[in-house]
Order: sequence, then structure tokens, then C-alpha cells
Amino acid sequence: MARGPVAIDRGAIWPGLAVLALVLALVLGPLALVLAQAGGAGAITAADWAAVRFTLWQAALSAGLSTVLAVPVARALARRRFAGRAALVTALGAPFILPVIVAVLGLLALFGRAGILGRALTALGLPPVPIYGLQGVLVAHLFLNLPLAVRMILNGWAAIPPERFRLAAALGLAPRDVARLIERPMLRATLPGVALSIFLVCLTSFTVILIMGGGPRATSLGLAIYQAFRLEFALGHAASLAALQLALGLAATGAGLMVLRPAAFGAGRGLASLAPPADPKWLARIADALAIALLALFLALPVGLAALAGLAHLPGLEAEVLRAGARSMVIALAASALATAGALLAGQAIAHLPARSGRLADAAAMLALGVSPLVIGTGAFLAIRPFADPVRLALPVTLLANALMAFPFALRILAPDLAALRADYGRLSQSLGLTGRARLRLVTLPRLRRPLAFAAGLSAALSMGDLGVITLFSDPAQATLPALLYQRMGQYRMDEAYGISALLMGLSFGLFWAFDRMGRKDADA
Amino acid sequence: MLTLDGLVVEQEGFRLEAGLAVPEGAICALLGPSGAGKSTLLSVIAGFVAPAAGRVSWQGRDLAPLPPGRRPLSILFQDQNLFPHLTVAQNLGLGLRPDLRLSPADHARIDEALARTGLAGLGPRKPGTLSGGQQGRVALARALLRRRPLLLLDEPFSALGPGLKAEMLDLVRGIAAETGTTVLMVSHDPADARRIAPLTILVAEGRALPPAPTAALLDHPPPVLAAYLGK
Repeated sequence: MARGPVAIDRGAIWPGLAVLALVLALVLGPLALVLAQAGGAGAITAADWAAVRFTLWQAALSAGLSTVLAVPVARALARRRFAGRAALVTALGAPFILPVIVAVLGLLALFGRAGILGRALTALGLPPVPIYGLQGVLVAHLFLNLPLAVRMILNGWAAIPPERFRLAAALGLAPRDVARLIERPMLRATLPGVALSIFLVCLTSFTVILIMGGGPRATSLGLAIYQAFRLEFALGHAASLAALQLALGLAATGAGLMVLRPAAFGAGRGLASLAPPADPKWLARIADALAIALLALFLALPVGLAALAGLAHLPGLEAEVLRAGARSMVIALAASALATAGALLAGQAIAHLPARSGRLADAAAMLALGVSPLVIGTGAFLAIRPFADPVRLALPVTLLANALMAFPFALRILAPDLAALRADYGRLSQSLGLTGRARLRLVTLPRLRRPLAFAAGLSAALSMGDLGVITLFSDPAQATLPALLYQRMGQYRMDEAYGISALLMGLSFGLFWAFDRMGRKDADA
Repeated sequence: MLTLDGLVVEQEGFRLEAGLAVPEGAICALLGPSGAGKSTLLSVIAGFVAPAAGRVSWQGRDLAPLPPGRRPLSILFQDQNLFPHLTVAQNLGLGLRPDLRLSPADHARIDEALARTGLAGLGPRKPGTLSGGQQGRVALARALLRRRPLLLLDEPFSALGPGLKAEMLDLVRGIAAETGTTVLMVSHDPADARRIAPLTILVAEGRALPPAPTAALLDHPPPVLAAYLGK
């Protein structure tokens, strides 16, 4: 259809704009509160600047390493066909919904002093791999982000029109020429976006640094907020740190949005219809096999170890653990409902706004990516304190924070389908006077069943595994499952910890699987 | 009577002017080279595109304040006229009540419309299981149920073979004659116009000309139409 001054469908826009206003209020509200509190209360110290530097440095290193290491793996996956390839590509999405604390536990079980590798090295008389500090943070961030990087780059390969490779083959170009003429330009266009996405994710990473980091040389802003809160009880100091973290997060996200549209973590869409020419030299084949095998091992070993260690202890879990599990489940479902419904309304508004305002609204929604749960927690604490005991509201605040964090991802999943829905059926709906709730019930929900279920499952799994806000307020009587797991790790009750982690992993993947299945059930035309 | 009064449509690198009137009950074809703005003109009348100047009115009433669904018209698009996840009966029901809360009387009317368009018994099917011609009939049946005095056809039958298309056009003519509906029909094919449209609006060179008798226009085409027709 020709673009022009199109009559705007207001009914589709205002609820979404209300959601966006709420998101912005939740993102920027803490800043106002925190700034009002912070005024002089807690001066920024040299240690705080060190935390700023560490936050930036670890995020930059994580992004750089993930991106660089992802290239050979993605190239190997793009140009080789083997049994299990599709399963491996699907599994690349798993770390995104794996609870971070479970991933960390698994990595400790592999690389830790008492872990398999550690014990093997000790037996050989070698020193153990240093897993705490910056190295540990980087290994964990690699584990969590390398698969995403591989997937994004693989999509870059898949986006190269097959005709290019056909032409290259027809001209008899060697793999080296193909790389120079076709693949490198694609990488130049793709890699900055990949690196930037990972940088943003790592900038607000908390759980990994809480467990792997610490000490003067590996404390991030998030961890510093946590320490000011929990160890020093210095609310003013926590507030100034939160202001710093929020400024950093928003600045980086804002800058990022100018450069890239955040990558969709959507369902793995059609991969290469025509593979790039496979380098037939045996050296290249070995290198590709090695790259794929190393990635598969790096992903499977920690998760497998944690799961194995945990399954044995599952039956012995106490009632306290099961109660925490139920609590987490309720929060996850509610947060998922909030995030998905909010993303649906916001996405609909974005799809119906004129192109330029739509992009602006989209960018505003994406700012939520730059918000650390610790900042939301601090803001909520400050907001609630004058009226009530914040600790008693820990769970509602956690719910809200989880919904807010899942929101941008849910929006990214739904946005393309909402745009397509509008392009395909917007005029038909309008011409029939199909608006508001009738359109939602008769058109939007049934047509968007799959992406809605995917977004809901992803949000539920993210919320299930989140260890953020809750750590600030923690009160054993209302711990979530990840909080309880963290407690047990701190108490070195590792058997219980593994048991809880198996339960947590099961619930996260189970929620995601159940939602995704609902979306696929009797889908028609 | 449909009146386009000093109408100006402007889009990126595109401008169309129209000042004309279509008498009530007429079937009128819109002919002209592609890109001339035939579909855009229908979009303006239907309310999807706002004109830069001028007004569209039906029986003297300005349509500008009405959203597309409230205008006294039905429109059939080139494609996507049906919701694939709803049954044929539900798709028709949307023409009666957009929220699909249908009464038994509504269902009776749906069955009637299905029978009138030769689709009796197909109500419970999904559109995807119907042929292209049947899908066109469903869209027409819905327009029949909506009982709007104006019907806009934006080449809804262009994907059909010549035989089926002729059949659909005859159905349109029959329904229009029964209900007194005024029809505006975009077409690429002068044979369509000759078949059912006594009047033709020529859309070319940035202007939509007032309706003229189709046969005379096609027999003695002005130069721009002659070039388009290849005469």
C-alpha cells in the first residue's frame, strides 16, 4: 500500500501509549526518587568509580570475547550439515531462559576448586583454574551470551541471498574469496550489533557478579548497591550508586538504540536455505568440527553436571523449598501476564502509529533494557518506606521488576507479528468496524497465538530464574526459589543447592515449554 | 449520489485531483494505467487515506468525520478479504455484528446470504479450504449482509481465471441490481468494464475524470487511454 496521511486508528493506540507511559514512569521514577534521596547523602567514593570502571570493563570484555569466539562457531554451523545440527541450533536459545544462578552453579561444578576440572588439575599437581573474580565473570558471561551471539551471526549468514553463493560457485571462487567478497561484509554489518547487545546485557548483569565477583577488583555497580544496602545499611550511598547505574544503563541503551535495533531473540527462524560452500580441506573440516564440539561441550557440561548432581537430591527437598517454588511460580505467571499484555498493547500502538512516532515509542520501550533490577529495588524501597515496611512488599516489587525486565523482550517478539497483522488485516478490520475489544478477541489473540505464547513462556522463565530485587529485601519467610538457592550456596549446603537448582531449572524450562506448546496446539491457517 | 468535490490526494511524489459525481445505483469502472491512483482513490473514499484538500460526500453528507467502518460503504480488497482463522459463517457474521455476538435471526440471515451467493452449506468451513472463486463469493456475501449503499471493488477478482472472474462480475451486477447498490470498481481489463459497468471514470495524468459512458469511451479512447489499451 502507498504510504500517506493515513487515518489513524485511535482505539488501537491509546492503551499502548498508557502502557509505555507506565514503563517510562517505572524506568525514570526510581531516578527521581533516588536523586531526591541521594542529594549529598552518599558522596561517590573512589571505590564507586572503581565499580563503574569494572562494570564497563567486564561488559566490554564479555561482549568482545563472545562476539569474536562466536564467529568461527557460527561459520562452522553455517557451512556444515550434520546429524543433530537443528537440535544444537535450538539448544543455543536455552541459556537465555536458563536461570543465571543455575548456570553459575553448573560452571562452579565444572571449573570450581571442588569441580571436575579442578579436581583433575589438582590430581595432576596443577593449580586450579581461577574461577572467581574477573575470569569467572567472563566465563559465566561467555556461557550465557556466546550462544546468543552464535545465533545472531548465524542469522546473518542465513540472510545472505543464496544466489550470491551460487554465483560464487559458478565462478569457481575459493572459500577464501567467498569469505572476502561475501562473508566479511556481512560480518562487518552484523558484529557491531551483536557486540552492543551483549554489552548492554552484561552492563546490568547482577547474579553472575554477585557470586563470581566481589572484592575491590571485581565489584560492579549492581554489587556495590547490594553491598551498600545489605552490608552497610547506607541507603543514601545505595541511592547515589543507583543513580550512577541508571545513568550508565540509560546512556548506553540510548546510544545503542541509535546504532542498532536490538536483536530479536525470537524463535529461530528459517536458517540457511542454501549453505555457503563447505571448505573441503581436511584442516578446515577439523577446525569446524572442533569449534562446534567445543561450544556444545561448553554449553552441555555445566548444565548436565548441575542437573545430574541435583536430580539425586530432588526427592529430599524440604517443604520450605517447595513453598519457595510455589511463590516463584505465582510471581513468574503474574509477571509473564503483565509483561505479555503490556507488550501486546504497546506493540499494537507502535504498529498503528505513523512510522516516525512508532520508532520513537519503540525506542522508549527499549530503554527498559538498560534498567538494573537493583535500581528498581532501590527506587521501590525509597518509594514504599514512608508508607509501609518495604520488606513486606518484597514479592509485589519483585513481580513488577520482573515484568518490567521481560517487557522489552516480549515486545521484540510480538512487534514483527503485530506489524504484519496490521499490514495484512488492518484495513479489513477497520472497514468492518472491528475495533477495540472485539478486534482483540476475534483477530489479534487468535492470529498472534504463537508469538504470544512464546513471549509469555520466555517472560515466565526469565522471571522464574531472576535473582535481583529479591536479594535486597530478602526475608527467609518469603524467599523466591533463586533466592533460597543463593542462600544455600552461601551456607555451603551444596547438596541442597544442587537439588534446588534442578527444581528451578525444571520449573523454568517447564514453564517455557508449557506456554510454547499451548501456542502450537491446534494452530490453523 | 457519491460526490468528490475538489478532491486532492498527495503522497510522496504523487498527486491526484478529482472533481466528479457518481449517480446512485450506477456501476462505474475506474480504468487507467497502473500507478495512476485508482486504488488510492478508493482508499480515500473508504477513509484509509486522508485527502490533502476537498471532500468526499454521500447524498450530500460529508464522510470526513466517519472512520472506515462507519462509512456507508463496503470495500473488497485485492486480497486478505477474509480472516483465515474464522469460519466462513463467522466471516460473514462480522458484517452483521463486528463483535460476533450473533442472534438466531443473524444466523438465519447468514445462511440466506450463503445461499444467495451459491455457498449453501459451507458456513462451518475455514476460508483456506475454499477455492479462490468461493472466497470471493464469501467476501461478496458479507458485503450483501452489511447492506451499505456503496460497494468499492479494488480488483478483488484479479487473481481468478477469466471464466470465474466473469461469473463473479455477473454476481456483483445481480446483487447491485437487487439492492440498488452503487458500485465503484477498479479494473485493469477493459472487458470487465464492458461486461458490467455502463460508466467509466478514467484515471490518468494526475486526474480522475467524471464518469463517461463506457462503450463510447472504449470505442473512441482519448490518447492516454489509447496508449494504455495499446490501440
